[in-house]
Amino acid sequence: MGIQGMELFAIGVVIILFMAVLKQFGILEPMSSFEDNSDSDLELSTVRHQPEGLDQLQAQTKFTRKELQSLYRGFKNECPSGLVDEETFKTIYSQFFPQGDATTYAHFLFNAFDIDRNGSIRFEDFVIGLSVLLRGSVTEKLNWAFNLYDINKDGYITKEEMLAIMKSIYDMMGRYTYPCVRDEAPSEHVEKFFQKMDKNRDGVVTIEEFIETCQKDENIMNSMQLFENVI
Amino acid sequence: MAAGVATWLPFARAAAVGWLPLAKKTMPKPPVDKSSKSDEILYVNVSGVRFQTWKNTLDRYPETLLGSSEKEFFYNEETQEFFFDRDPEMFRHILNFYRTGKLHYPRNECIQAFDEELAFYGIVPEIIGDCCMEEYRDRKKENQERLAEDTEANEAMDAPLPPHSTSRERLWRAFENPHTSTMALVFYYVTGFFIAVSVIANVVETVPCRPPKGSVKDLPCGEKYQLAFFCMDTACVLIFTFEYLMRLFAAPSRCKFMRSVMSVIDVVAIMPYYIGLVMPENEDVSGAFVTLRVFRVFRIFKFSRHSQGLRILGYTLKSCASELGFLLFSLTMAIIIFATVMFYAEKGTKGSTFTSIPASFWYTIVTMTTLGYGDMVPNTIAGKIFGSICSLSGVLVIALPVPVIVSNFSRIYHQNQRADKMRAQQKVRMARIRMAKKGTVNAFLQYKEDRDRHSDNTTLCVKNRSAFEHQHNHLLHCLEKTTNHEFTNEINYSELCMTESVGYRTSRSTSLSSQQGAQNNSTGCCPRRARRRAAMRLANSTVSVSRGSIQELDTLHIKSTSIPPQTRSSLNAQMCDLKLNCGEPDFSAAIISIPTPPANSPDESLPPSPAPVPGILRNTRATAYTHDNVKISSL
Repeated sequence: MGIQGMELFAIGVVIILFMAVLKQFGILEPMSSFEDNSDSDLELSTVRHQPEGLDQLQAQTKFTRKELQSLYRGFKNECPSGLVDEETFKTIYSQFFPQGDATTYAHFLFNAFDIDRNGSIRFEDFVIGLSVLLRGSVTEKLNWAFNLYDINKDGYITKEEMLAIMKSIYDMMGRYTYPCVRDEAPSEHVEKFFQKMDKNRDGVVTIEEFIETCQKDENIMNSMQLFENVI
Repeated sequence: MAAGVATWLPFARAAAVGWLPLAKKTMPKPPVDKSSKSDEILYVNVSGVRFQTWKNTLDRYPETLLGSSEKEFFYNEETQEFFFDRDPEMFRHILNFYRTGKLHYPRNECIQAFDEELAFYGIVPEIIGDCCMEEYRDRKKENQERLAEDTEANEAMDAPLPPHSTSRERLWRAFENPHTSTMALVFYYVTGFFIAVSVIANVVETVPCRPPKGSVKDLPCGEKYQLAFFCMDTACVLIFTFEYLMRLFAAPSRCKFMRSVMSVIDVVAIMPYYIGLVMPENEDVSGAFVTLRVFRVFRIFKFSRHSQGLRILGYTLKSCASELGFLLFSLTMAIIIFATVMFYAEKGTKGSTFTSIPASFWYTIVTMTTLGYGDMVPNTIAGKIFGSICSLSGVLVIALPVPVIVSNFSRIYHQNQRADKMRAQQKVRMARIRMAKKGTVNAFLQYKEDRDRHSDNTTLCVKNRSAFEHQHNHLLHCLEKTTNHEFTNEINYSELCMTESVGYRTSRSTSLSSQQGAQNNSTGCCPRRARRRAAMRLANSTVSVSRGSIQELDTLHIKSTSIPPQTRSSLNAQMCDLKLNCGEPDFSAAIISIPTPPANSPDESLPPSPAPVPGILRNTRATAYTHDNVKISSL
C-alpha cells in the first residue's frame, strides 16, 4: 500500500467531506429524493362520520330516545371520529379478558357487527346490533348468533368455521384455568355441537336446523332472557 | 381499567349472547342493577362556579371522591347541588379528567396546590397523562429538593444544643460549625493559616536561593535553610495531627468519619512526614521518599473545609461524572483512531517523529486540544490532511459535554445561594412566629385577668373578642383546671424561679438559637415549672418548639388571635381603657406589619400610666423583652 495508498485514501476522505458540505447547502440534490414521503405524514384525519338522525335510529331500533342519547354520548366520547376500526375494537374487547387472548374472537365479533363490511363500525351498526341483542326476539337473537358463527356469511356453518369460533372462545380463557384446557377440548366441543345441531348429517348446519335445535333446548331458551337489562 | 372501557362494558355483555348456543352449562343470573335511573345531570358548585355534568361521567371512576358516595357529604339539599369550597380553576382540570380520561397538569399552577387538590378529590397523581407527566415530575422533584434543603439546613446549622450534651458532642459541633463559638472560630482560622503556611513553604523550598559561600551552583532554598524548613514542616504537621486526632475523638461515628473524603485527605497530608521520619537515610528508598513529598501538596485540599466554593466545585464534578466519562471515552476513541491513521500516513517519511502508534498518541492529544506544541509535525500531504481533520474534530468533541457541566455547576451554585437566602429569611420568620406566639400567651393571660377582675362578666372588651378567642381561652382554662396549674409567661416564670434563666436570656447572644436553647435549658431549679412551661407551649402552639416547622405557621394562620399590643397600637389608634389589645384580631395584617421593625413602636406602646395591676406590668415588660429579642435577631 504505502504512501500512495494513504494519499489516495486521504483524498477520498476530503472528497466525501466536500460532498457532505454541498449537501448541507442543498446544491447537491440528495440521491434519495424519490423516497420523499413527508406527505404521507399528513394523516388524512378528515375521515369522520355523523350518524343518521335520532328519529331514524329510533325507528330502526327498539331503544328509547334517552337510551339512544346516552349510548351515543358514550360512543362519541370513546371514538370522536364516529367510527370504530378493527384494531381499536380488538383493543377494547381485549381489556375485558385480561388473562386470555381475545383478538380472534373480537375479529369475528367485529365482522358480525360490521353489517356493510366496510372495515369500520359506525354508530348505526353498533346500535342496531345492540338492539337485536338486548331488545330483539329470541329468533332475532338466534339469527344474530348464527350470523356470528357463519364466518364467510354463506348461510352454512361448516365444521371448520365452528372450530375456528370455538378455538377463539377457548383462547379467551387463557392458560391458567382449572381444569387445564386440553388441546382437544375445542374439537370435542365442536363435535358435540354438530351432533346436536346437524340433523341431516350433511356436515353443515343451516339456519333452520340451528333455530329449530335451539328452540327445543330449554337451557338456551331460558338464558336468552338474561342480558336484557344490560342497558 | 380505563374509563372508556366502562362505557363499552354493556356492549361486551350484550355480545355474550353469541356464546349462549354453545354453552356447556347454564348461565349464571346477572347482577341486579339497583340504580336503574336513567342518566341525569348533576350540578357541582365549586366556590360559586357552577359546573354541570352527567352522572355517568362522574361514575367512571368509582374510587375517587366524585365517583363514589363520598360526594353525598357535600350535597346541599336547598340548592340541589354539590358544593365544594375549593379552587374552581383547579376543579376545571379535575373535571376534565373525568370527561376525557386524561389528567393534565396546568403549568402555571403551584405543584403543591395541585397535589393537594388531587389528594382531596381522591385522584392518584400517577394517572397524569404522558403529555404532562414529565413536567409534573420535574416540578415535583425540584420542589422536594427545595424543601429537603430547607429542613436539612435548619437541622444542620443553628440547631440548638441539647441541654445535656457531652463535651464530645460539643467538640464535634465546634468542628462542624465553627461560627457557634469563639474558640471554634479561632481554631478554624489557625488551621487555615497553617495550611497556607505549609503549602507556601512547600513551594518556596524549591526556589533557587543564592548559594552559600564557596559554592557556585544555585541551591534551592530548601537545602540551604534545611533546618528552618524542617521546623516549619514539623509545626504544621503537629497542628494537623492534633486536629485530626481531635476530630477522630469527637466524631459521633468513627468508622464513618474515617471513611469520609476529608479525613482521607487529612491522613494523606500528614503521612509523608511520618514515613519520612521512620525511613532510614537509604539511597534506595530515598527515591520513594521524594515521591512521598509530592503528597504534601494535598494539604491544599484541606482548604475545602474552609471554602464552600471548593466544595461546590467538587460536588459538581461528582454529579457530572457521567458527562465527564462520556467525554473521556469519546476522546480516547478519537485519539486511537487518529493516532493510527497518522502513524501509517507518516510511516515512510525519513526521520519521522511518528515512531509508533503510542508515540502518535501524544501528537493526537496535543492537536485535538488545539495545543499544538510543534514537537511532532506531519510532513506528508496525507498526514497534513488527517492532522487538520484531527484538530477540527478535537474542538467539537471537547466542546460537547462542557455546556452540560456548566449548567450543572450553575444549578448547584444557585441552589447553594438560595439555601443561604432561605436561612436568613427563616430567622426573620421564626422571630415573627415567636412574637405571635407570645401574643397568644399574653392574650390568654389578659383574659384571665379580665375574668378575675370582672367576675360579673360584663367587661368592656369582651364583645370585641371573637367567638373563636372565647372558646380558645375557655379551652386553656379547662386545661388549667385539669392539671391544677396555671399558665404564666416567661417573665413571671423567671421571677418566681429566680434562676439563672434570666441571666441566660438577657445576656448578649449572637443568635436566637442560644436564647431558644437557654429557655429550654432552664430546667435547673424548677423541674415542675419547666414541665408546666412545656405544657403551656404545647397548649399554645399545637406543635413542638422546633424551628423550621411549617406547621407552626399553619397553626397560627388558623388562629385569629390577638397580637402583642405594641404592634397593634401602631396600626389602630383605639385602645381599651385597660390598654389591652381590643382591636379587630386580624392576624394576617399582623404578619405583614411585623417585619417593619417593631423597635419603633415600643416607645409609644408602653402605656404611659403605670397600671396598678401587676399583669399589665408583666405584659409590658414582656413586650419590651420581646423587642430586645427581635432586635437581636434582625441584626
